[in-house]
Amino acid sequence: MSWQSLTEVALLVVLLLLLAPPLGRHLARVYAGEPGRIGRWLVPVERALLRGAGVDATRSMGWREYALAMLALQAVGIVALLALQLAQAWLPLNARGLPAVPWHVALNTAVSFVTNTNWQSYSGEVLLGHLVQLLGLTVQNFVSAATGMAVLAALLRALEPEPREGLGNFWVDLVRGVVHVLLPLSLVLAVALLSQGVVQTLASSMSNAWIDPALAGTVQESALGPVASQVAIKQLGTNGGGFFGVNSAHPFENPTPLSNFLELLAILLLPAAACFQLASSVRRPAHGRALLAAMFALFLPLALFAMRVESGSSPAFGGAPVDAQASELQSGGNMEGKETRLGPGESALWAAATTATSSGSVNAMHDSFLPLGGLVPMFLMQLGEVAFGGVGSGLYGMVLFALVAVFLAGLMVGRTPEYLGKKLGAFEMQMTSVAILLPSVAVLIGTALVVATQAGRSSLQEHGAHGFSEALYAFSSAGNNNGSAFGGFDGARPLADVLLALAMLVGRYGVALPVLALAGSLAKKRAVPPSPGTLPDGGVSFVVLLVGVIVLVGALNFVPALALGPVAEQMGSSVHGR
Amino acid sequence: MLLGLTVLTGVVYPLLVLGFGQTLLAERANGSPIEREGLVVAHEPIGQGFVSPEYFHSRPSACERPYDGMKSSASQLGASSEALAAQVKARVEALGDEGGAVPVDLVTASGSGLDPHVSPAGALWQVERVARTRGLAAERVRELVLQHVEGRTLGILGAPRVHVVRLNLALDELR
Repeated sequence: MSWQSLTEVALLVVLLLLLAPPLGRHLARVYAGEPGRIGRWLVPVERALLRGAGVDATRSMGWREYALAMLALQAVGIVALLALQLAQAWLPLNARGLPAVPWHVALNTAVSFVTNTNWQSYSGEVLLGHLVQLLGLTVQNFVSAATGMAVLAALLRALEPEPREGLGNFWVDLVRGVVHVLLPLSLVLAVALLSQGVVQTLASSMSNAWIDPALAGTVQESALGPVASQVAIKQLGTNGGGFFGVNSAHPFENPTPLSNFLELLAILLLPAAACFQLASSVRRPAHGRALLAAMFALFLPLALFAMRVESGSSPAFGGAPVDAQASELQSGGNMEGKETRLGPGESALWAAATTATSSGSVNAMHDSFLPLGGLVPMFLMQLGEVAFGGVGSGLYGMVLFALVAVFLAGLMVGRTPEYLGKKLGAFEMQMTSVAILLPSVAVLIGTALVVATQAGRSSLQEHGAHGFSEALYAFSSAGNNNGSAFGGFDGARPLADVLLALAMLVGRYGVALPVLALAGSLAKKRAVPPSPGTLPDGGVSFVVLLVGVIVLVGALNFVPALALGPVAEQMGSSVHGR
Repeated sequence: MLLGLTVLTGVVYPLLVLGFGQTLLAERANGSPIEREGLVVAHEPIGQGFVSPEYFHSRPSACERPYDGMKSSASQLGASSEALAAQVKARVEALGDEGGAVPVDLVTASGSGLDPHVSPAGALWQVERVARTRGLAAERVRELVLQHVEGRTLGILGAPRVHVVRLNLALDELR
C-alpha cells in the first residue's frame, strides 16, 4: 500500500471531522424547525409542498401514525416506480424505444430504490429510459434517504430529556430533509461533478469514429443521459444505484481521481454528520463523539486491511509473467475489475466506505477482489450497516447497539439499564433485539434458499466457495439495504429478484418499525439525572464496549457463513498454489 | 406528497443541473468530444479499443464488443476463477515477448470495460512494438509516452496513468 493511499485516508478523515460537526448541527436545527439564515429562502418551497399535500404541519404524530404515514408513502412509491418501468415503452423521453422492464426486475428495482438499497438487478443504460431514471430512480433516491433521516429525527426527539407524547410530523420531517439538506448538497456536488466531466444531457447516446483504421466501418456509440444529477444524490443519500450498469466505475459517472474523492466523501458525509446531529439535539456532545469514534474504529482497520490485500498480486496471474508490483510507473495490485485512474488503493477504500455505509455504489468490481479483500465489504454489511450506515438509518441502527451495550453493562453491575437517562424496560429490549436480528435472519435464510435450490443456484456464476460467497454477498447486501454486489451473481432471475426484494423489505422495515415503536415508548419517559453508578455515555470505555457488542453480534451471526465462503476460498487458493 | 416531491426532485432539480451544465460547462456535460480534422474521433472519458500493432493498445475490455459505450461491463471473475487464469495467460501470450514481465493492467479487464487509461508502465512496455511497426526511433516514441504521463491529482489522489486515445492521436502526428 502506497504512502499516497495512506495520505488520502488521512485527508478523508480530516475532511469528515471538519465538515460533519457543522452539518450535524444544521441537521438538528432543520428538524427542530429552525432552517437558519440561508435555509429561510427555502421555507416557501417547504410550505408549498406541505400545503399542496394538505398536511397540517403543526400536528405531532404518535409512533403508530408516524409509521403508517411512512408505510403509506413507501407503498405508493413502490407502485409508482413499478408502473413507470412496466409502462416505459409508451412513455416519452425514451429515444431508444426501450421495451417494458421484465416484471421481476421491475419489482426488485422498485423495492430496492424505495428501501434505500439500490441493488442493481437492472443495468441502467441497457434497460431504463431517461423518464424512469428521472421520475423513478432520482426521486426515490431523495425520498428513501429523507425517510431514513425522518425516522432518525423522530427517534432523537424521543431521546430528549423531557417526556412528550408525539414524535413529530412525518410529512414535515420528510420534506425538510429533502428541501434543506439533500437538495442543496446534491446541487453543489452535481456541479462539482460536471466540472470533472460527468455528463448531464437529455440525449440518449452519441457516437464517434474509431481511431484505429482497422476498426473502420463501425462507430463507437456511448450511452448518455442526465447522469450528474443522479450520481450526486446516489452518493449523498447512501443510495448507490448507478445510472450505468457498472456504477461509479463508469467514466461518465466518475471520470477523475478528484470526482472519485468527492463521491467518496459524499458517501460518508451525512452518516458521520448524524452523530453530531444527535449530540446537538439531545445535548450530549460526549455521546455523539463516542458514537463517531466507534464508527471510525470499525471502518478504518477494515478499510486499511482491504487496501493492503488488493495491492497484492492475484492467484489468477498464476505462473504467467505478470508484473503487479507497485512502482513509480504503475499502481500494480489486483487490477481485474478496477480502473487505471483509481488503482487498487482507492478501489478498496471505496469498497470499505460503500459497505460501511449503506451506499452500495461501487468504483470497482467486488466480485473480482481477492478472497480476503472481498470479505471486508461483506463483513462490513453484516455488521448491520451501523458504521457509518445509511443516512438516518445508520445512526438509528447504532443507537440500537448502544442500547444493547448499556443493557449488558447493566446486567454486569445489576442495575436497571438506562440510555441517556431513560430507563430501559423489557419492551425496549425486545424491540432492539428484533431490529438487530431480523436483517441477519433475512441474510442467512435467503442465502440458504439460493444455495439449496436448483433455481437459486442458476444465479451463481462460480462453483464452490466463491459461488457461495456470491450468494452470501447478495443477501448481506439486500438484507442490510446496501445494494452493492458480487456482480457475477445473476440477480435478474425471478426467484433471486423476489427473494432479494423480500430481504430488502425485511432489512428496511424490520428495523425502522421497531425503532419507531421504541421511540414511542422512550418518548413518554422522563430522563433521570445521572448518579455515581450511571455508565458514562462517552469516553473510551463506552466506545470499547459498543464496538465489542457490534463485533460480537456480527461475528456470532456470520462467522460460520464467512468460513464457508471467502475464508474457504482463501485457504483453497493457498493450498492449490493458485 | 409524492407528486410534489417528484416535480421538485425529478424535474426541477435535474433541469437545474442540466441548465447549468449546458450553459457553463456545455462541452463536458455533453461528453467532452475530441476532434481531429473536424471529425469527432473520441470522447475524453471513454476509452477505445486498438487492434493494430502500430497503436498503443488499451486494457482488455469485458464488454461483449470491446469498448461498447452502450453496455459497460466487467468480467466479474473472482481471483480463484479458472476462466480468469486462462484469460490472463492467453493475454500474456497474445502480447508476445517484448522482454520483461507484462504490467498487470495490460492483462486484466477494467471495471467499466471503457477504461481510457493504461499505466505509464503499460504504455512504456509497448514502445518497442509501436516504434518497430511504425519505423520510428524507439527513443522518440518513449519521449512521447513520457510527455503524456498524468501524475496523481494533488500528488495523492488516483494513480499515474496515460490516456491511450490522446497518446495515439499524438502518435499519428509523429512522422
